[in-house]
Order: sequence, then structure tokens, then C-alpha cells
Amino acid sequence: MVVERLIVVDRTAFLRRPDYRTVRVLALVGLLMLWEAITRTGWVSSLFLPAPSGVLAEGYDMVRSGQLFVHLDASLARLAWGFGVGAATGISVGIAVGFFSLADAVVQPIIAATFPIPKIALLPLLILWLGIGEASKVAVVALGVFFPMAINTYAGVRQADPLLIRAAVSFGAGPWSIIRKVVVPSALPMVFAGLKLGAGIALLLLVAAEQIAADSGIGFLILQSGNLMETTKLMVGIVVLSLLGVLSHWALGGLERAVIRWRHT
Amino acid sequence: MRVVVERVSKTFADRRGRDVVALSQVDFAVEPQEFVALLGPSGCGKSTLLNIIAGLLPVTSGQVYFEGEARPGRPTSATVFQEFALFPWRTVRANVEFGLEELGVSGIDRIERTRRYLDMTGLAGFEGKYPHQLSGGMRQRVGIARALAVEPAVLLLDEPFSALDAQTRTLMMDELLAIWERTRQSILYVTHNIQEAVFMADRVIVLSRRPGEVLDVVPIKLGRPRRESQQTEAVFVQAADRIWGMIKSQAQAALLEGEALSERGV
Repeated sequence: MVVERLIVVDRTAFLRRPDYRTVRVLALVGLLMLWEAITRTGWVSSLFLPAPSGVLAEGYDMVRSGQLFVHLDASLARLAWGFGVGAATGISVGIAVGFFSLADAVVQPIIAATFPIPKIALLPLLILWLGIGEASKVAVVALGVFFPMAINTYAGVRQADPLLIRAAVSFGAGPWSIIRKVVVPSALPMVFAGLKLGAGIALLLLVAAEQIAADSGIGFLILQSGNLMETTKLMVGIVVLSLLGVLSHWALGGLERAVIRWRHT
Repeated sequence: MRVVVERVSKTFADRRGRDVVALSQVDFAVEPQEFVALLGPSGCGKSTLLNIIAGLLPVTSGQVYFEGEARPGRPTSATVFQEFALFPWRTVRANVEFGLEELGVSGIDRIERTRRYLDMTGLAGFEGKYPHQLSGGMRQRVGIARALAVEPAVLLLDEPFSALDAQTRTLMMDELLAIWERTRQSILYVTHNIQEAVFMADRVIVLSRRPGEVLDVVPIKLGRPRRESQQTEAVFVQAADRIWGMIKSQAQAALLEGEALSERGV
């Protein structure tokens, strides 16, 4: 009889997902280098695709002349107001609707009916109501942020552990204590998910509104540069938008980690 | 204050809308400084009864009341939950403080009372930790400290150690008994474990399966303070046998039926 030895090997090896850190960096750098090369060799005219180095230089010039800040300040002010107002009302409505069934009965159908409207379609109406000035642009951003915030907060409130609510009640907590000490902390992870979603929507609506009716702002800068065939300036605007998106996501992530310290991860 | 449960009945509607009688004409009292165990097979409505006493569920008929000298600033009951029910966003200290906050105890008074019960439950040094950083046994200590801190007329424990491993459970039972010896806090302790009930309680109230009725009240004439070695004494063995004799057939019926109806019934 032949004695065989069958050594057990790890059959899950192919499921492992190593973290290719250098590849992540190289992928981005590689793309930029390819882009630079394409325009440097003149394969694509810089009128249509300016080189990354050119965009960087143009951006530097616009910072030095202060031209960029005129637009950036206008956009940031609209973003801050719109996002702030939309998030605050969205969170408040979400908590009220999630906690009080009467509020749920009143608001839920209204939200269901108005949520599917593309918010940018309301801009002309908002301009009629609020004028062509800042208010209409702030309002369209606020509306866009309101819905994901209200819906996410609502979901977060509904997910609050009934056992914890009962425990709080057993120690004498009333409705306001429950909201403050149980419901809001329970909903925070969902609220932050909503804030991140809302930040993206805010940027989208801001640019759209600025391209329809504005004489300042990054959206206006991009539209105007396009009309004047100033492609490099246009690209600077796009890069600034991309940075705004990345930065807001980072900032919200940092805030989330600071506020939700009790998380396991 | 003594807790009186007077002809309490509770009927639930099950999923098909049929009435299920969870408790029927339950009558008993817990005297001040007494340690009472409420024992029954699964599905007998013992947790339902505890929730009714805690004011977390309405009765269908009958009533629960507290009588005696009311002490202001003392709640009638505080509950220790089987699943701990700690607030994950609060540290150990803040969890213990929760009931005191709701009672309106503030300042140095709150700090001192929190300190006292953290020490009593062996949580000193863990004040700043969050619940997820603690073992199951330590978490339930927080649950016990939180409930003790409000100094309720009766402390309600709903199978407090059944989520813990066997060794931890034994240690926690000893600690709870030691705390009871020190504070003489009256306790109503819900369990389905006969040894646990007989070992800890002055009286064991045995509930039947649906509809939950009081089958018997068994006084446990074991000396105090209780020691593990008493578990081999004749008094202990006889009491345990007597209770097992009462609920064995019912436990078998529960086994065959499975988890048809949640005991919590909510």
C-alpha cells in the first residue's frame, strides 16, 4: 500500500485583496503624464485640451490676480448658505417625521410627491419668486440638499434601537430627552451619509444655477471661459470644482469621526 | 415600598389577530429588602410581567401599585435588561449617570452617586470606556450600576446574565448577591434557570406556561450570605426538585411547540 500525504493548502488565497498603495498613486500620476504628453506632442491641440502644466500655471495666475477668488467667494457663499439652510431644515424635518407619527402622516406624502422633481427645473420659478439675485440660487441649492437630508435622517431615526428607547423610558426619559439622547445619536451615521450625498448635490445644483443665471461664481467662470474659447481657464474652473468636492468629502469625513467617537472602527 | 401585582392579566393579538393570553390573574407582592425570583419556562410571560411592572407595557386588566412610604426623588423601579441596552455613544460613566440626569440629580451629588455605584459594581478604572470596548460581563455591570444608581423602590432584572458565558454568570451572581447584602435593595429577578433562582432568592414565584399563572410560591430557607457550597444542601436540592417537578411537563410542551410566539409579544 502506498502511503500518501495530502498537505492542506489555503484555498482562500485568491480571495484576499491586498492594498496596492503605490499603484493607486501611480495610476493618477500616469494619467496626468499621459495627458501632458498628448498635448506636448501636439497630437491634440491645446485649444481643446490644455496640458496639466498649463492649467496649473493659469490657476496660479488667476490666484495672483485675485480673479479666481472673486468667483470662488461667490460660489462658496451660495454653497454655505444653501447647504446650511437645506441641511438644518432637512435634519429637523427628518427627526420630526421619524419620531412623531402625526408629522409623518402630514409630511411623508408631500415629500413623496415633490422629491422626484429635478430641483434645477424649479430655478425659473424661484427666480420669479425671489428675484435674479443670490436668494434664488441659494434656494435651489437648499432644496437639493433638503431632500436627501430629510430622507436619510428619517431613515436614521426609524432605525433607532427600540430597546434603547425603552431603556431610556424606563429611566424616566420623556419625548425630548429621548430625541436628544437616543434618537439623534442613533441617527448620526445616517445623517452624515446624507450630508455627504447633499454636498455632491449642492455642488451640482450650484454650478447649474450659476450657468443659467449669474454673473459670478465658478459655474459662471466655466461657462464664460467656454464661450470665449479660453479652455485653460475653463479647466481651472473644473479643477477647482473637483477640489471642492474632494475637500468637502474629507471635511465631512473628519467631522464624522470627531462626532461619532463611539464607533467600533 | 412594597410592590403589589394584583390580578394582572395580559392579552396579546398574535399575527393572525387571535387573542393570546400571556398572563392570567397574576397576584403577588415583593416586600422591601426582599430578593424574589420570577421563574417559568420560556413563553410564560415573565418578561411581559416585568415590563408591566416597569411601566413599559399596559395591562389588559388588574393593576400594579407601590405602597408604603414614598421617598421623593426615588423612582418606583429601574430595569436591568437581558441585552444590556447600554447607550453605545455614552461612556461607562455617562451610562451610569443617565438615570440620575433624568431624575434631575446634578452637580456634586450626581458625581458622588455615580462614583459610589461604579465602585460597588467593580467598574472603577473603566469610567472612560465605551460599551463596545467592554466584555459582556463588564457591560452588564454597567447595566446594574445604571439601575442601582437611581435607588429604585424595586430593582427589576430581566434574565440579566443569560447572555453571558457560564463562568462569568456564576461570578456575576455572586457579585449581585454581595451587592444585595450591602444595599438590601429589593429585587425582582426574572429567570428560567431553577438553580439560579433557588440560589439567589428568598422566594421563588413559579409561573406556568401560557396563560402565565402563578403555580406556586416557594420560600427558600437557605442561610445568608449564600455560598456556592449550599447548592449541595438538602434544602436547596429539595426546592430545586419541587420546582422542576412543576414545570417539567410545561417545558417539554414548549420544546415541541418551538418559538411559535415571542415571549416579549411586542
